[in-house]
Amino acid sequence: MIKGFIASMNYGAWMALALLSFATLAACKHSAPANAGLKATAEGAALVESSGGHQVGVTGTALKDPLVVQVNDDHGTALPGALVEFHGSAGVHFDPLAALTDSSGQATTSVTPGTIAGRYDLSAATPGKGKPVSLHIVETALGYQQQLGSILADKYCSRCHDPESSPERVSNYDNLEVKPHPFTEGAMLNKMSDADLTSIILHGGPALNRSALMPPYGNTLSTADIKALIAYARAVSDPPYQPSGTVYARK
Amino acid sequence: MQSIRKYLSSAWQALFGDPVRAFGVVSLILLLALAIAPAKEHFSQWHSYQRRYLALIHDRGDAVSLRRRFVPGIHQIWLPELGVVDRCTTCHLGLNESSLADVGQQPFRKHPVVPHPLDTFGCVICHGGQGQASTVAEAHHSERAGEEPLLPTRYIESGCGQCHQNALPGTPQLDLGRTILTRYGCVHCHAITRPDGSKVVATDRPPSLAHIADKTTREWIFSWLKDPQAYAASTTMPNYKLSDGDASDISAYLMNSSVPQAGDTAAPNVKPAAAADLAAGPSLYGESFCASCHAVENAAGNLVGGDLGPELTRIGNKAKPEWITAWLENPRVYDSTTPMPHYRFTPPQIATLVAFLQAKSDSDYGSGVHLNPASSQQVAHGRKLIVELGCAACHEINGVQRPENFAPDLSTIGSKPLAQIVFLPGMDHSLPSYIVAKIRQPRAFGSSVKMPQFTLTAAQTDALATALLALTARARAMPDKLRVAAVPETNYQPAGHAGKLIAELACLSCHRFNGRGGDMAPDLSWEGSSVQRQWLTDFLHNPNTLRPSLIRRMPRFNLSDSDNKELTDYILAVYQSPAIDADIAPLVANSPDAVEHGRQLFYSKYACQSCHIVDTKADKGYIGPTLTQVGSRLTPAWVYAWLKDPQALRPGTTEPNQNLSDDDARALTAFLMAQKSPGGRGAKQ
Repeated sequence: MIKGFIASMNYGAWMALALLSFATLAACKHSAPANAGLKATAEGAALVESSGGHQVGVTGTALKDPLVVQVNDDHGTALPGALVEFHGSAGVHFDPLAALTDSSGQATTSVTPGTIAGRYDLSAATPGKGKPVSLHIVETALGYQQQLGSILADKYCSRCHDPESSPERVSNYDNLEVKPHPFTEGAMLNKMSDADLTSIILHGGPALNRSALMPPYGNTLSTADIKALIAYARAVSDPPYQPSGTVYARK
Repeated sequence: MQSIRKYLSSAWQALFGDPVRAFGVVSLILLLALAIAPAKEHFSQWHSYQRRYLALIHDRGDAVSLRRRFVPGIHQIWLPELGVVDRCTTCHLGLNESSLADVGQQPFRKHPVVPHPLDTFGCVICHGGQGQASTVAEAHHSERAGEEPLLPTRYIESGCGQCHQNALPGTPQLDLGRTILTRYGCVHCHAITRPDGSKVVATDRPPSLAHIADKTTREWIFSWLKDPQAYAASTTMPNYKLSDGDASDISAYLMNSSVPQAGDTAAPNVKPAAAADLAAGPSLYGESFCASCHAVENAAGNLVGGDLGPELTRIGNKAKPEWITAWLENPRVYDSTTPMPHYRFTPPQIATLVAFLQAKSDSDYGSGVHLNPASSQQVAHGRKLIVELGCAACHEINGVQRPENFAPDLSTIGSKPLAQIVFLPGMDHSLPSYIVAKIRQPRAFGSSVKMPQFTLTAAQTDALATALLALTARARAMPDKLRVAAVPETNYQPAGHAGKLIAELACLSCHRFNGRGGDMAPDLSWEGSSVQRQWLTDFLHNPNTLRPSLIRRMPRFNLSDSDNKELTDYILAVYQSPAIDADIAPLVANSPDAVEHGRQLFYSKYACQSCHIVDTKADKGYIGPTLTQVGSRLTPAWVYAWLKDPQALRPGTTEPNQNLSDDDARALTAFLMAQKSPGGRGAKQ
């Protein structure tokens, strides 16, 4: 009986060993380089962002425009056939994860941020001559509240606060004697507390001794709307906003 | 055999040989059996998450308060009314802890801000998955019968759509999906009953093909059927991937079955001189604001213009000149319910527009198409195909009945059991990925699938999937008090001769009246309280520009004086706001003092010039309408009421309610009413 037991133990151990090796193999397969099958024919000296950086998207949803980066050689000319790998924090999805630059020296990928709202620091890297060259890219993903804020900002705020004009919509920014602060202007807005921002939205510019050109929205927007607007402004702020909540001494 | 028996007997002897030994062994076995339950709990997955949570909060500054709120054991949100038994909070321990918003380590991060508290709605209503499960694998990924994996975040707005049938400000994707559902005509074939019992109604108007031969040629129909997007990139007509023979037979049947409609073609009255004037066409097209509704692809390949009417990039390839002529004379002859206004163009104007539109053609389009006259078998085969493909579900076709229940009902597609789905190889086994794949490539699911290929972007497909995923069985079982109904379109129809005029001019295509109509132009339900008679008469004669930066604007209709008076009288008499009484308007005489006081309020206290222009030299505000002649346009009672509460008169308007005192509102009204047009009566005062 004991012999049989030992035999079964052995069997179990063997099973465990086999499982472990399978798991290891699977893990190896998982961490296999994403560039499998891509053969670089050139090595670049510099990596620059062409388009698709600094987008503001929605959590878990592919960003509207693809991310395009360009590999240049020593002379600054575009280099076809170089391998570019994209990296991001957990949850970020690239399609494809690695690409060879096309005839104009550009590699394109579609970026889907993870499910957590906030700034995503991504990077692109290419094996350069000697050492790898990398490039830092920032994208922003909005959650429900920030997205609601962006929709409200688009309706109530952006006509004045966003200096950019489009053919569909002319910005009023240049027409104003006192210039409003764009929501991205972190240097200014990060210094203002949530309470200050709430107050200026509720009661207008004069509430904080600022211009009356900013009207009060307290009777037009709900409390939830105003919170959403502030959450949006915080999300797109550049440099990024650091919440100054209660600071606890760490043990 | 012998040895086994020997082993057994010696083992029995060893364990139960004497009563004391037997008692000890039995006690030991009992103890071990009793230890199974606590051991199982100790080694359970959720327990290890709770230990990790405690380790996480141990080092935080607010550990004491976090630990005080932490309750060990299985947590459960039980909402019998909603059928929710969610144990997700057993592991997701920080969902309500605002200080854990910065934690990157799941499952402990705070839940992002959403409009509903988690305790009253639970988790699975929005996220899907198995709320009752207490292991990650079962809760998140189970594919067993009746179970579903978690919904990917990008479809999360479908959760809102289970109760909210109305458009919400924070769910752009769901709203877009619902628009696509009605605008792309999905519901012509698929019946969809909302959870509250109302039907989803299509908003597109697929044209009747009963008189198609008057409008176009068989060759065009053939090319169109082969690839609708090649003719007009923006069309919602899907591609049926027809063979040449099938497309030829269908076009033959459509031409054969078409019956002429009296008056829908007219000899083009083109005077060579008018047609040769190349500049006249574009300028008349521009002045008539055709682009408010019709798009045209420009040289850069971008579509410019509205989407209320069909794209006109290659209209010259499609419509016969005699048909365009009759259509421009009066579109209601060919199509009695068209949203196109009866413009009352003069014959030279029509000739100019016909020549201009005829020139909008692509010489390459359909150039290789040569169809032989069809035999009667081919025509009959065309009819058979039309019946099989369900063309008559969308289009009126002579000799073919509109099919009922042509495609599967989608009222509970959001709860379709995975067991009923045949997934394609390599496909993610989940309902969203099935719906997306089915929309993208319906024919990949088998050659017998009749659903055509729609031209939707990835974002549009995801939006449509979101709208479909909201149609769940759970939504139908929700208590009525949670349901928020869509605001249904009323069946308002203006009456009398003026009502006929309003129908002819298709005012409701752009304007909204009493809960019915378009959203391109302002709601006119209370226009009679708002504007002055002289201004309205002048405006209907020649719509001047209140907001010159707008691309889409009110066209000019060449109204006769009597028609103009009829409309003006009707608007002023009928479209009155109950909240505004012009007779008891609380206004002081427009004394110079009041006007001056109003001016100061306008420029300093309320800084209205940030959005409005009163003095064209000094003011630059470009957001609200120009107010230079507002005193000749609006009634004082309306201006006063608007200043007091803009949203009460026009819900959703962007002008903020500044909570004006009665005195301030009165002074501002006096100032604004003093802004008369140069020719107006008040100019000298």
